[in-house]
Amino acid sequence: MTEVSVAKQDAAATGELVVLKSVNKHFGALHVLQDIDLTIARGEVVVVIGPSGSGKSTLCRTINRLETIDSGSIAIDGKPLPAEGKELARLRADVGMVFQSFNLFAHKTVLENVMLGQIKVRKADKKTAEEKARSLLDRVGVGSQADKYPAQLSGGQQQRVAIARALAMDPKVMLFDEPTSALDPEMINEVLEVMQQLARDGMTMIVVTHEMGFARSAANRVVFMADGRIVEEAVPDQFFSAPRSDRAKDFLSKILHH
Amino acid sequence: MPSTYATHPEARDIVFDFISDYDNPTLLGAFWMTVKLTFFSGIGSLVWGTLLAAMRVSPVPLMRGFGTAYVNIVRNIPLTVIILFCSLGLADIFHVTMGASDFKVQGFRLAILGFTAYTAAFVCEALRSGINTVPMGQAEAARAIGLNFTQTLRLIVLPQAFRAVIGPLANVLIALTKNTTVAAAIGVAEAAYLMKQMIENEAQTLLIGAIFAFGFVVLTLPTGLILGWLSKRLAVKR
Repeated sequence: MTEVSVAKQDAAATGELVVLKSVNKHFGALHVLQDIDLTIARGEVVVVIGPSGSGKSTLCRTINRLETIDSGSIAIDGKPLPAEGKELARLRADVGMVFQSFNLFAHKTVLENVMLGQIKVRKADKKTAEEKARSLLDRVGVGSQADKYPAQLSGGQQQRVAIARALAMDPKVMLFDEPTSALDPEMINEVLEVMQQLARDGMTMIVVTHEMGFARSAANRVVFMADGRIVEEAVPDQFFSAPRSDRAKDFLSKILHH
Repeated sequence: MPSTYATHPEARDIVFDFISDYDNPTLLGAFWMTVKLTFFSGIGSLVWGTLLAAMRVSPVPLMRGFGTAYVNIVRNIPLTVIILFCSLGLADIFHVTMGASDFKVQGFRLAILGFTAYTAAFVCEALRSGINTVPMGQAEAARAIGLNFTQTLRLIVLPQAFRAVIGPLANVLIALTKNTTVAAAIGVAEAAYLMKQMIENEAQTLLIGAIFAFGFVVLTLPTGLILGWLSKRLAVKR
């Protein structure tokens, strides 16, 4: 009996969770995403790196349709991304998003930030939502800040609350859009540690970042983007030690020296 | 030098006694009517103005179009014209009496309708500028956790927008308080209506003007002070 259920979970665990097929997007004349094909398996941690303006943030934002696409298709857990309305809202609830600028709800306390989605979207009752929120806040190490407002917290703390807020929805996949780029250097690690823990717990993650250390240690795969295209995909060791494309070699040579 | 009133106690009576001659409405009654007009129109325009602002930022082009057209038409029509239209147009031609049987109640209700329709346009615009102060990321984060458009607006954007525009809304409320004097044109017995009666009958026009000016300052000054204090207290820290 136990074996059967484990086998089932394994079958699910190998499934494709996020599938992008020939996705194109323009910002006016700028062709910001060009024929992007990308498949992310359940439980996989994919790190997207590349120079500024390469389209990696846009790619991340198209996956929960904060940016629309011009052509191609995006499917999450086998279902194509709905255009608008209730279906889209439901899908977004299943896709956790962490922003560069945290975007915590400024007029709500930390606890309320983490409870809101559970109550309004998942229809959880207040007590259950609060318990879950407190345990998530403890998990990311900001439990003692629950009753403060976002502006009273440091950047690192705010970003960890943002991660807890996304986790409260029990997402199938988490998107991280440069989660440490707006942080003071000494706060980067506290956020990366939370992300690393998530990766170890088996969360499917798509992470746009400049943190090569995180890419090396936590990623299953590195996707290198430049000028709106995916130039190279490889496991981290191979990518960092022996990049195949000249564009990636050039990029790495500029950032890995210091 | 002793004051006139101390040396001639009867002087106070001569100067002020005319006030007690008026009982339809009394001075206090007239100002009470002003307060009631302001209160109900204030609530009405806050609700209607918020709905208009929601329309103006909605993703539905028809609603956006309606909101924009409404604001641009209504705020550019003189209030007197709107109030007269409510009485002469709505009531006399189209027989919209707002469920009132007597003329006084009808005038009162139609005046509130007119003030609400007019003031809502200004509430809408104040609120819309408040919506613009809320960073884009707030709405994005709301949508990202699965809130729909209405929830995003109601739970995240509008509460922050309101706090940002308490000051401008206080201006609108003060303007509304003073605008209620226009209701005198359709026979609503508020402050300006009584003032006109007094000026016609009495000699002390300067004093009458001062009394009514003072009455309005008593109503509007605390409004401004309280809302100013509230706007500081409720400001969203970013």
